Amino acid sequence: MGMTYVQKVIAKACGKKSVAVGDVVEPSVNLAMSHENGALAMTQFQEIYREIDLEAKIWDPDRIAIIFDHRVPAESAKTATNQKKLRAFVGEQGISKFHDIRGDEGGICHQILPENGYVRPGEVVVGTDSHTTSHGALGAFAFGIGATEMAAVWALGKVLNVEVPGTIKVEVNGNFQKNVGPKDLILHLIGKISSEGANFKVLEFHGETIRSMSTSGRLVICNMSVEAGATAGIVPPDDETIRYLREVAGVTDELDIFSPDDDAVYEKVVEVDASSLMQQIACPHTVDNIKNIDEVVGTRIDQIVVGSCTNGRLDDIETAAKFLKGKKVNKKTRMLVFPATWRIYREALKLGYLGDIIDAGAVVCNPGCGPCLGVHQGALGDNEVALATTNRNFKGRMGNPGAEVYLCSPAVAAASAITGVITIPAQEGN
Amino acid sequence: MGKVVYKIGDDVSTDIIYPGRFMATVLPTETPQFAFADDKEFNAKLNNKEIPAGSFIAADKNFGCGSSREQAASCLKGWEVTIVAKHIARIFLQNSINLGLNVLICPDIDADMGDELEVSGDVLKNKTSGKEFKIAPLPAARQAIIDAGGLIAYTRTRLMADKS
Ligand code: SF4
Repeated sequence: MGMTYVQKVIAKACGKKSVAVGDVVEPSVNLAMSHENGALAMTQFQEIYREIDLEAKIWDPDRIAIIFDHRVPAESAKTATNQKKLRAFVGEQGISKFHDIRGDEGGICHQILPENGYVRPGEVVVGTDSHTTSHGALGAFAFGIGATEMAAVWALGKVLNVEVPGTIKVEVNGNFQKNVGPKDLILHLIGKISSEGANFKVLEFHGETIRSMSTSGRLVICNMSVEAGATAGIVPPDDETIRYLREVAGVTDELDIFSPDDDAVYEKVVEVDASSLMQQIACPHTVDNIKNIDEVVGTRIDQIVVGSCTNGRLDDIETAAKFLKGKKVNKKTRMLVFPATWRIYREALKLGYLGDIIDAGAVVCNPGCGPCLGVHQGALGDNEVALATTNRNFKGRMGNPGAEVYLCSPAVAAASAITGVITIPAQEGN
Repeated sequence: MGKVVYKIGDDVSTDIIYPGRFMATVLPTETPQFAFADDKEFNAKLNNKEIPAGSFIAADKNFGCGSSREQAASCLKGWEVTIVAKHIARIFLQNSINLGLNVLICPDIDADMGDELEVSGDVLKNKTSGKEFKIAPLPAARQAIIDAGGLIAYTRTRLMADKS
């Protein structure tokens, strides 16, 4: 019987010829990523060794990535102290893939990993962050785990007791209409299959729309696969994957590129016609509360946010800049833009995008999670409404359970910034 | 045996269970105070020790969706409550098992505030309504971890086995 892409990755990571859905396996890990919550993984890691007569040494310090992004620069003494402890741990253990709060190499973990060539096709990647699913865009089996599970990975170099997940095939064909794109596609899919529609399953993306999509777009759809409950989202690697890894990520070593078998068994096939989609909006307070934009046009917005690991890449910032160039952010709203990494920030600066954005009246924040969490930046006031290119609109997400968050694409966010209400970007004549 | 002390609906995210603004607090000994912090009434009941160990929190589908933050499991573990839900999101379920938080997946659960619940084998009895519900088995892969008393203990035995 043929194998799906994830079955092949897991079989490889277990040194087996094949694995079947439901098999309990222990795949070895190629990369294990944490951010500030590595502080908890560190405590649990030390706890593992407290009662046994072994030295507390990470299995392979070159396979650990620690990226400070959730609260940078630190918003409180507590965070700064956690970061300080982790910094010391990184030094003691010799962890090489460490990205501190720095303008030359910092940023959001899910963009730092691909950008730096830390993720390759056919690998197993785990992260103490639910959006670790992002890295499926490069053909890795990448999924989120908790901090204690990470401590076990640090100790053993494998994920213990994993069940091989079933796969849902998502087949996307057709060309997007103007100002419709990957974000609208994934929002539509989540609405279609629901927030639990892919729980414990992998979404494997196929079709001509996916094949002609840039890695940036693939990162968007894999990033948000977790919002349908998926363990992982995966785009089987192709020429675009290789192009990205060589040209953008600077990877020079050999790559292991393979595809799912033609006779792979899928639990379900979901088909989407991309050409029939209009802009999609996730309405408060669940990501699967999806509406076509025309149903919510005119909704008043207090804060517009463009950025995050979902939509803070150069093409997203470019879209925002193109809409805003020579225009003004409406006085009835405010706009925050946060590029995902400092590399993107620098490129956007060079290309003049940040200048256009600032001139229009938007605030450019430093790369990091900032307003997405609303912990130390960009929190909402009581009863305020936000429109954001981020990935979650749960109650309390932007720091205030008494506020509302709508999710959208960068084009919708930027067009709406000019009017102060939810606006269909095509009408802006970009 | 215990009473349903809190009843919540679908898609209760980890942002609700443990709001992001408390994420700098990581130690399992310190997280319980912030459980359901945005529901002032329930949070106060927990902190005033009005919720006895063994009480049930009854939820509908997709409990614990969203962020992988483990504080969402450790804060509830600290109060020794049991979660019963129609269906639980993957990462939260794994975190719960790893930390030893009691979770029951009960697809047909029907229980109101104050109902008395009792687990017996793979059946959950609602003593107040007299109805019984089947408890779905946890993923087979996780049973070894539960049997070992949590992931830390399990990892220790694995390390020692690798050594010898
Ligand atoms: S930008 Fe938001 S969703 Fe992405 S890693 Fe940061 S907090 Fe998580």
